[in-house]
Amino acid sequence: MTDKTQKTTADISAKLETGNSSKTSLMYRKNLKDIVAYCQELFDDLDFKAVKSWKEAKPGRKVIGYMPVYVPREIIHAAGMLPVGIMGGGDQLEVIHGDAYYQSYICRIPRSTIELGVTGRLDVLDGMLFPSICDVIRNLSGMWKLMFKDKYVRYFDVPQNYEDEIGGKFYIHEMQTLRDDFAKLVGHEITDDDLRNSIAVYNENRKAVEELYAFRAKGPWKAPSTEVYLLVRAGMVLPVEEHTQLLKDYLEVAAVEDRPVRDNCRVVVSGVFCEQPPFNMIKSIEMAGCYIVDDDFMLVTRWLLQEVPISGDPLENLSKAFLHHSNDTAAKYEPDVDKKGKYLIDSVRDNSAEGIIFAGPSFCDPALLDRPMLQNALAAKDIPFTSFEYAENSGQMQPIREQAGTFADSIKLWSA
Amino acid sequence: MPKKAPPTAIKEQSMEIQKSMIADNFRQLYDAPKTDQKVVSTFVPGNLNELLMCFDFARNLPEINALQNAMRKRTGRMIMEAERAGHSEDVCTYVKADLGMMAQGNIGPTGEALPTPDLLLLSYTGCFTFMKWFELVREQYKCETAMLHVPYQGDGVITPNMREYVVKQLKEDIIPTLERVSGVKFDIDRLRQYLRQSAKAEEDLVWVLQSAKNKPSPIDAYFGGVYYVGPIFSSFRGSEGAAEYYAMLRKEVEERVRLGKGPVTPEGEMPEEKYRLVVEGPPNWTHFREFWKMFYEEGAVVVASSYTKVGGVYDFGFRHDPDNPIETLADYCLGCYTNLNLPHRADMLSQYVEEYEADGLLINSIKSCNSFSAGQLLLLREVEKRTGKPGAFIETDLVDPRYFSAANVKNRLESYFQMIKQKREGNAPLGAAA
Repeated sequence: MTDKTQKTTADISAKLETGNSSKTSLMYRKNLKDIVAYCQELFDDLDFKAVKSWKEAKPGRKVIGYMPVYVPREIIHAAGMLPVGIMGGGDQLEVIHGDAYYQSYICRIPRSTIELGVTGRLDVLDGMLFPSICDVIRNLSGMWKLMFKDKYVRYFDVPQNYEDEIGGKFYIHEMQTLRDDFAKLVGHEITDDDLRNSIAVYNENRKAVEELYAFRAKGPWKAPSTEVYLLVRAGMVLPVEEHTQLLKDYLEVAAVEDRPVRDNCRVVVSGVFCEQPPFNMIKSIEMAGCYIVDDDFMLVTRWLLQEVPISGDPLENLSKAFLHHSNDTAAKYEPDVDKKGKYLIDSVRDNSAEGIIFAGPSFCDPALLDRPMLQNALAAKDIPFTSFEYAENSGQMQPIREQAGTFADSIKLWSA
Repeated sequence: MPKKAPPTAIKEQSMEIQKSMIADNFRQLYDAPKTDQKVVSTFVPGNLNELLMCFDFARNLPEINALQNAMRKRTGRMIMEAERAGHSEDVCTYVKADLGMMAQGNIGPTGEALPTPDLLLLSYTGCFTFMKWFELVREQYKCETAMLHVPYQGDGVITPNMREYVVKQLKEDIIPTLERVSGVKFDIDRLRQYLRQSAKAEEDLVWVLQSAKNKPSPIDAYFGGVYYVGPIFSSFRGSEGAAEYYAMLRKEVEERVRLGKGPVTPEGEMPEEKYRLVVEGPPNWTHFREFWKMFYEEGAVVVASSYTKVGGVYDFGFRHDPDNPIETLADYCLGCYTNLNLPHRADMLSQYVEEYEADGLLINSIKSCNSFSAGQLLLLREVEKRTGKPGAFIETDLVDPRYFSAANVKNRLESYFQMIKQKREGNAPLGAAA
């Protein structure tokens, strides 16, 4: 390690210990009820008040929105901007304008995102990133360019070739373009040290999210998935430092909370990586007798699977993490046929799950086209699964509750 | 009472030749196991036909199989077969028609068996579904797969980084794989020779498509256009046969222009051109002739279409360049229509409406194809706003007969034609007929 790198690493550690450059301002008392209520409030707020407060707290602050599944939020953070995850409108947003932009056979998330945009709820954003996930989100980037001409809009492509010298070089260049664009937007350079600092901050956050998931997998009665969901979702609008603190606080209080153990089976939920299901769907799965022990909600928080090194070239480090140590999902190409679905089988094993619930958004090409292949992989390992579709605004949960309940019963009865 | 057979369609000579070229390709595929010819499956947009010819591969294009099956009314059962096997009703019907065909014995549209490919070349251009499609068929064929990731033109331009990425993949991954699977060494001069033929064919195709600027238009650039683009979009681009075909097609159309004739429809020459339209989106294949009839019966001619650019956009100047053989392949892949962003597509469609002096833009929105369809309602408004010409919106599907409602489509088209007529008379407000 060079002297310069040693110094940089030490600086970053020092910054982390002092809470980095962002002063935390969490608005809850450190008890379970308050933490969950705070997250629920953030979740329910379709006007992004928390984001507005952050922006108004200091003149010149800027905010960049991003859609699922993954963008390197470190670059936004390094520019001093707030990354905000736009996860659609859920089941509480009345979509009036958004439906006029789409045919009946297109999924819900672009409609509600447009609704949020045209009703001014996203005015707080200075830019939007549309990651490479599917043709609908891809085309939404062009719609955004046509509809919101005064905003920074970028389709963010990620490589489907995982060679450092091929896909890696392309990806580093794409990230560099983003870095240059953001530097123009904020009016100052984004240095390597800025990026290293942000990588470290996000490493902390990823660690905290992983701890939360591990905590739930170990004792799912102690961390209901409704709470885990809200906690992770809070990370879509909070500054990352505050979100990390929030997770740590929750873990501390949840560990000592006495909660009854139910005779539930343990399941992994798969397919929910883009359009988010109604909150009631998560509740319904749990009420039907299933503990969710792993899922692919808001994968951006768990995309990179290992700590990203903070020494060396930061963009190269982010690239290597993406190419070699990132999560699997339908939006990614799997070059090795034998590895198709392996991540789900691993998840079942690592989390002692007993089955998989495939919950795919209606009209979601990635999730629904991937599903039969994943099911074949599971069937080969005798892992039980069930499947259904949802929309972010689905109101009727009874069929889902019944299906999940039957699945849970079948596991308990026949998988012993 | 026995069902009355439909009358035989009247076709131009070029259409007959095109049909025979496509049939020959199916025959070559059928014979491949006997002739020991290696087979590659690859997609239409961003296909690397010239490169594949350098390795003597027979080329199988799944979209062509699906649409040919649809025109023969076979895809309904294939799609249901795939749905019975667990595929969602919501997803692309090209994919399900392909999987259903495989499940039913992999008999191609001409009734001849399709061979198991030696290689799946996934040219991931302009359509996310392609990636999942080949992952799905890979599971069945258990053959090697090569992936060419073509980045999307999110900002409406091809950047040096995008080009370099594609070139690198071609040089370091795709070409070595093709060499290994085929056992043929790559010869760049052979590629140059094919690219020269491509450029010749492209030049003639552009002339033919642009002949629709004449009044009356000698061609229908959508329904007729799909025949014209058949060879160049599929396994013939780069071949001498394709270059000859387009030279012949051009002569045929030149003659029609000289005589002031309109397009040839399945029921003969169109007597009068009443409406000139630009069409966005692929056609419906299961009711192709019925669909076309709704236009020519009303005297409506399609003078420009985006679908005839899905396998390559040539009318804005791009030609395959033999002097830069690998880079030109990259530019070709990056420039296919569905790889263009929406503002770029809006520019193109508006330009078509203006330059071809069209009465307006009609969108045939395809349920199966998010790549085309997501955002089309905004495109419609944008083109209307820029050109001042009325637009209309209809919905069908590529190869799923369940999503072709003839009465609805006809009704909307008739309303649209009525609207154009009224607008010409100066008493109709601008607004979509959808």
